[in-house]
This record gives sequence, C-alpha cells and structure tokens, in this order.
Amino acid sequence: MLDYTVRRLGVGVLTVIAVTVVLFGIMQLMPGDAIRLIADPDRIPPERIEELRRQWGLDRPAHVQYFYWLGNLLQGELGHSIVTGQEVGVLIASRLPFTLLLAVTSMALHYAIAVPLGLVAAVRSGSKLDHGIIVTTTIFWSIPGFWLGILLMLLLSVHLRWFPISGYQGLSSMVVPVMTLTLPPLGGTVRLTRAEVLDTIRASFVLTAHAKGLGRLSVHLRHVLRNALIPVTVMFFLGLPWVVGGAVIIENIFAWPGMGRLLWMSITNQDLPVVQGIMIMIAVLTVVCNVIGDVVSGLLDPRIRIALEEAGGR
Amino acid sequence: MKDASPLRLALRNGQFVAGAVIFLSVLLVAAFADQLAPRAYDAMDLPHRLSPPGPGYPLGTDEFGRCLTSRVIHGARIALRVGLIVVTVESVIGVTLGLVAGYYGGWADRVISFATDVTWSLPPIVLALAIVTVLGPSLNNVMIAIAAVSWGGYARLIRAKTQGLKNTPFVEAAQAVGESNFSVMFRYILPNTLGVIMVLGTLSLPGAILSTTALSFLGLGSQPPSPDWGVILNRGLRHLHEAPWVSIFPGLGLVWTALGFNLLGEGLRDLLDPQLKA
Repeated sequence: MLDYTVRRLGVGVLTVIAVTVVLFGIMQLMPGDAIRLIADPDRIPPERIEELRRQWGLDRPAHVQYFYWLGNLLQGELGHSIVTGQEVGVLIASRLPFTLLLAVTSMALHYAIAVPLGLVAAVRSGSKLDHGIIVTTTIFWSIPGFWLGILLMLLLSVHLRWFPISGYQGLSSMVVPVMTLTLPPLGGTVRLTRAEVLDTIRASFVLTAHAKGLGRLSVHLRHVLRNALIPVTVMFFLGLPWVVGGAVIIENIFAWPGMGRLLWMSITNQDLPVVQGIMIMIAVLTVVCNVIGDVVSGLLDPRIRIALEEAGGR
Repeated sequence: MKDASPLRLALRNGQFVAGAVIFLSVLLVAAFADQLAPRAYDAMDLPHRLSPPGPGYPLGTDEFGRCLTSRVIHGARIALRVGLIVVTVESVIGVTLGLVAGYYGGWADRVISFATDVTWSLPPIVLALAIVTVLGPSLNNVMIAIAAVSWGGYARLIRAKTQGLKNTPFVEAAQAVGESNFSVMFRYILPNTLGVIMVLGTLSLPGAILSTTALSFLGLGSQPPSPDWGVILNRGLRHLHEAPWVSIFPGLGLVWTALGFNLLGEGLRDLLDPQLKA
C-alpha cells in the first residue's frame, strides 16, 4: 500500500509539473510579453523597453525563463499583480478562505442530503418515494448552475428579501450561493449511492446478516451503507476540485469575494501572474484530491488495492 | 421481437422519442429564426425598454427595448451551432488520440494517457479560462478553449474500445492481408466504435453548450449585441429587480435544449449499446 501511495504521489507531482509547463506555454503564446502590459509603447522609448525586458529576463530563451519561474514558484514566489502590485501569494491567500468556505460548506451539505436520499431511494426502490427522489434531483441536475443561482437570487433575495443580494455581509450572504452549488450535483450522488446500495443489498453477506437476526436498520447502516459508501467517499475527493471550479462562475453572480471573483477580474485585466497563481493553486488542489481519492479507495476496499498492485500502480 | 426494425425499436424508446422531439423543436427554431422572430434581434425600441411580457412583446423587452422573443429565438441558433462545433472538434481530437493510444500501446499510450490526466487535473472550465485569457474574449476563442480541454473522455473511452478490438479476428485478418496501420485504425476499428462515439457526443452536447454559455455570461465569450443566451443573462442580471423576465426566458431555452440532448443521448445509448447502461 505504501508502495502504491508513493507511486501515486510521484505521478501527482509529475502532473503538477506538466500543468506548470502547459500554463507557462499558454502564457508564452500571448502576443507580446509582460512589458507590453505595463509599458505603453507609444509613450516609452523603445530603448527603455528593451532595457526593462533585459532587466526582467524576458530576452532569455523560453526554457531558461521557465526554470527561473519554476524556481520562484517552488519558493512560494508567485510574482506580483500587474494591476495592483500586490504579491500574488498574499492576494490569493486573502481570497482563498472565502472560496473554501463556500466549497466545503456546500460539499458537506451535498453529502448530508444526498447519501440519506440515495439510501432511502434504494431501500424503497420502485416505490413512489424512490421515483420522486430521482425525478426531483434529475430536474435540478439539468438546470445550469449559474442560471439556478440567478433564479434563487430572484426568488430569495430580490422577491422575498430573505438574504443579501450580493457581496459578503456575514453568514447570511452564504445561503444562496451555497444552495446554488449544492442543488445541481445532488442527482449524481443520489444515483451513485442508490446504485451502490442496491448492489450491496443483493450481496450474500447482507443475506447472512439478515439471517443471523440483525434488525433491518442495523443491517442497512452497518453492513450495506458502509460498503456502498466506498465509491461515494472517493467521489467526495474527486468532486472537491469541481466544486471549486463551479465556484469560479457562481462567485461572479453573487460578487462573492473569493478566488473565482479574483480570477475573473484578473482575466478581464489580463493580470497574468495572478491568473497563473490561481491556476496552479487549483491544479495542486485537484492533484492532491485525486491522490487522496485513489489512496482512500485502496484503503477502504482491499479488492481495489490488490488489483492496483497487480496492475503495477496504473 | 427478432424482426423488430431499428425504427420501430427507436419509436418504442420513450427517452429517445422525447429527446428527438425536443431536439427537432430547437433545430426548427434555429433554422427558421429569421421567419419565426417577430422582429430583428437587435432592433431597439427605447420607449418600451424593460416592458413586461404582453401583446406587443410576447416575452417582454430588455434594457434597450429589444424584443426578447426574437433574441431568445436567435440565441437558439448560436447555442446549437456552438454545441455541434465544439462536440465535433473535441470528438475528432479525442477519438484520434484514443485510437492511437489503444492501437499502438507502449510509449504512445503512456504519453497520451498522461496528457489526458493533465487535462483532467484542472476543472475544464478553469483550464478554458486560462486559454481565453491568452486568446482574448470572443465566442470562437471560447469554443476553441472548451474543445481543447474536453477531449479526455473520448480518448479514454476509444482507447479502451480499441484495446478490446485490437485482437479480434477481423482486425488480425485485416493486418494479415497487409492493410496499413492507418487503414486498420480508421477503416476497421473506428466504424465499430461509432455507436459509443455518437452516444458520448450527444451526451456531451449539453455540457458544451452550458460551458460556452457560462463563459459568455461572464463576458468572456459572445459580446453584445449578440443574442447569445449567456449575453442576455449577463445583461439581465443587472435588471433582475425591474425585469426578471430577461433572466428567465433564455435560461428556459438553455434547460430545454440541454434536456433534449440528455434524453436523446440516453435513448441512443439504450438503443445502440445496451451494455453501456449502468
């Protein structure tokens, strides 16, 4: 298992490095370079621009620039915002908690709602309740997140005036954005939980548990749910980066002062160092979550572990 | 059961029929947008700005007094075109890479699989944002960005299918009579995967449309006065209080279109590849 974890981590590190290469490559494709963004070529003489370019190392070959940039990155040096001059690390650190607050709250809420619903739907499978749960969550599933956000804002903030419309004015501001992030993906998790529970219910060890006289509730919670939740737990880790990705758009509807809002403003201002910094943050988060997801699935389910070890880690 | 024609089987599949009807409705609206729209989508009528749905303007007007009905109808054309182009591009990239990875194996497989992992190490919408930053905001750039980040699913699926088909007798026979690798991949293996490609393509359409609309909504895709649903929603958000209808109708169009393709895709999956059904 340790061997597998180490190998998985290695692949994770490789992936992050590849992402930095891709990001650096994309940014190299920009017409002109960083100087163009801060110095107006009409007002500053070309010799001065050349001098600046040399000072910033922009006259060096791309791979030299890349390793220089990567070196700084490893020391936590993400550069400075072209627009405000603030350190990118500081800027992101000031916004990250807001995004994590949204993402983690809605993930927790999501699973707190979806798992019981999926279990109930499976146990009562074929009933009206099962049908109702599946239909309702499927409807939310097909509503685009950002439009659901607008609708909820219209209903709860504009019409009923229960919550602030936008910005961050205390915890009540969180309600509508969290609902927007929680409701659409419910369908997927409810279906996954339902399918896994239905699979497990048919297993022979569950029959044994029933046969030895355990109560229904005890069988469902201790034997069925525990096994059915393995893929659901893995999905939790694999899903977290997607919630952060979703938050990038949702934050902009509600003017939520998180990383997504910062990313959007930086893109609009072509503030490359900030965009790069946020992308790397999200890439690292995603890779870490994927590794944790893989390792957790191996820990929880010996069959997966054995299969992975036999397949040579990949 | 045995002599059931494909058409009869299709008509017996409720999801497929419902999806096909919805898809046809969107297709007709998009094709005849000029005839169906009561006015030009960019004709302003400032005295009637932000008027609610009524006899003159069935769905109301926006901040410049433009007819929302006409704008939503023309938006269908953009959504459909965007969806089809993005899905075509991403499937061509993904299918080709999947074929190569699955057929050759070894290093080609490792490199392509790693590239797939890398595109999956960022949420697609975030990676697309990075590309749009560089290319600048426009609908074409958003389409390029979305297609460039979402071929991974096709590559993975076709790779697995190719690995399965590689050692079947008909492929070995083709190799034995001296068909080139290219010919084996594209003339023997590819046709056997067209079913799953169609299913995956149809099921990816809503995602492609929703992602481009979301980016247009953020102001990074289509630009005003385009009747792109994302642009209408973006402007509508500013007048949510006085004119909620501007924010409601384009979204309904979006949900209707997405629903149609989802039903159609799931119906197709049942018809073409019953094994895929989980």
